[in-house]
Amino acid sequence: MPADVNAATIAAREAMASVPAEPGVPKPDPVLIVDGVKRHFGGLTAVDVEHLEVQRNLITALIGPNGAGKTTFFNLMTGFDSPNEGKWSFDGRDLGRVSAHKVAQMGMVRTFQLTKSLNRMTVIENMRLAGTGQTGERFLPAIVPSMWRKQEAILTQRADVLLERFTLEAKREDLAGTLSGGQRKLLEVARALMVQPELVCLDEPMAGVNPALVQSLLGHVKSLRDELGMTVLFVEHDMDVVMDISDWVVVMAEGRVIAEGPPRSIGTNKTVIQAYLGGGDGEGEVSLADIEAAAGNPTPTGDLA
Amino acid sequence: MELGNVLIDGLRAALGVEAVVFALAAIGLNIHFGYTGLLNFGQVGFMLVGAYGVAIMARQCPSAAATQSAADQIGPCGEPLIFGVILGIVLAVILALLLGAPTLRLRADYLAITTIAAAEILRFLFRSDTADPLTNSVFGIQQFANDFFVINPIPAGRYFGQLNYSSQQLWTMVVGWSLVLLLTLWTWLLMRSPWGRVLKSIREDEDAARALGKNVFSYKMQALILGGVFGALGGMFLAIGTQAVAPDTYIPVRTFFAYVIIILGGAGTIWGPIVGTFLFLFLTSGLETLLRELIEGGIIPSSFISLPEVGPIRFIMVGLMLALLMAFRPQGIFGDKEEMLLDAR
Repeated sequence: MPADVNAATIAAREAMASVPAEPGVPKPDPVLIVDGVKRHFGGLTAVDVEHLEVQRNLITALIGPNGAGKTTFFNLMTGFDSPNEGKWSFDGRDLGRVSAHKVAQMGMVRTFQLTKSLNRMTVIENMRLAGTGQTGERFLPAIVPSMWRKQEAILTQRADVLLERFTLEAKREDLAGTLSGGQRKLLEVARALMVQPELVCLDEPMAGVNPALVQSLLGHVKSLRDELGMTVLFVEHDMDVVMDISDWVVVMAEGRVIAEGPPRSIGTNKTVIQAYLGGGDGEGEVSLADIEAAAGNPTPTGDLA
Repeated sequence: MELGNVLIDGLRAALGVEAVVFALAAIGLNIHFGYTGLLNFGQVGFMLVGAYGVAIMARQCPSAAATQSAADQIGPCGEPLIFGVILGIVLAVILALLLGAPTLRLRADYLAITTIAAAEILRFLFRSDTADPLTNSVFGIQQFANDFFVINPIPAGRYFGQLNYSSQQLWTMVVGWSLVLLLTLWTWLLMRSPWGRVLKSIREDEDAARALGKNVFSYKMQALILGGVFGALGGMFLAIGTQAVAPDTYIPVRTFFAYVIIILGGAGTIWGPIVGTFLFLFLTSGLETLLRELIEGGIIPSSFISLPEVGPIRFIMVGLMLALLMAFRPQGIFGDKEEMLLDAR
């Protein structure tokens, strides 16, 4: 339903239509710009990204075979690891040597491949925790509830709205550790939104989630973009998912960005197929089948909702 | 044979100065381990600096010092006790900063190794000949807390029947338990606040907290300092209550007894440290009396257990009880079993 899509996203899509599908191509309005970021582990170069820009207000998928350096790249971008060289900026601000919590405070929030729910805290406490600027998180005001009760009420209100959006309101008072794997994924995404980020980085949000829940999680991710105008960068292995929700796909292999472009252009890209199969064209690899099947899908992305 | 003595000895221990000291150390350790997940194995180091802070500041000056072997004493002396308390707190903060700065960014076990080593280094340093002018080495410092007993408002006499407390003991206990309750109240206020929520999130998963914009290092440091200062207050209280400090009072096993106490009471609970202290000291002390009474009454033949063996045997029995507790109630008295099991996932 394109009518529901916010204006910024529509504008971003139109602007992106003329961007050529080649690695490192400049974007009209990038929120994240990466330049020459390299990370070595001993002799192995895990990440070697020459240039990459992530367009604002869109969903960008980051795909690649196992060991391509996608998660390491996420870690580097969000301050959980530091590169050996290179620089990158978020929203015009240089992020070199900026610690992880500051990156989050600036508005780039990540989730993890292995869900990090705070098990022995209730769902609502998980949510409240993520609220920013709470005075009661400082040592001295903490023991004077009147200094933070009002903020807490506002945070709770926002948390309840998000819990409802992610269909977790019934679990509000449950310990997060009692949730199912899929619900925890939902909670982690909802929690990340409590930070009110500009850019959300989701590391395999669909991994280990049952197919029924995948559909609803997909819907949620799409609504981040369509309703809130948020920028989403996500790592995913499931090609159906990638083709379904992303506006732009970046392919990594052996640490490098080997291809990028609109989803449909990726499936037919020779370099990508070679990267997945490790050499010349062949058959029998599920990922190839997925790529091709999805590429043959005539439905234009973005109109799927 | 007097079985009533078992109860009396148990209660005396569970309410006395030693109990206050353990409760204070355990409340601090509970902030570290129970709420923040910091493995501090050197709580006794914080107790030591607290105790020596008071003792060195308030000790008698050389002319009057009967126990000081020579007049080569250096450093402060004869200052008001309250200055000693302030010094003890300052030293605890410095110790926490020194321990935390290099280790809190690393994995939890590094803090454990560093803290246990630091506590032992401090003990050996304070008992060394080199430190003698400051600490009077192995002999320690005595009779420095008269300030505290001078202001005792409780008239001289014996109190509480068979518990038979002197007015000075009672005064110490009243002040001590008030301090325990005050710090418990403070901990409770903190832990129900958003500040405490951040600590708990660090215990659960510090990367998640970091990803949500929390300065994990700073919060861990705050927790380490706060719990360390509570431990130092425990050390000060031991020094003041007994009017004595000696380095070998501050051996690593004190830290582990504090761990036993919070695990017994329930880690990460408000009343856990107090109830754990009460039970631990009641059981260790009561058991000793029970065994002695049984041996003296001829019920246990002294060929089986002799009186000198009672001390070690009660600890064996306490150990056994702990093992049973871990098997049947791993969450402690106040802990929540459901929560405990989630942790294992």
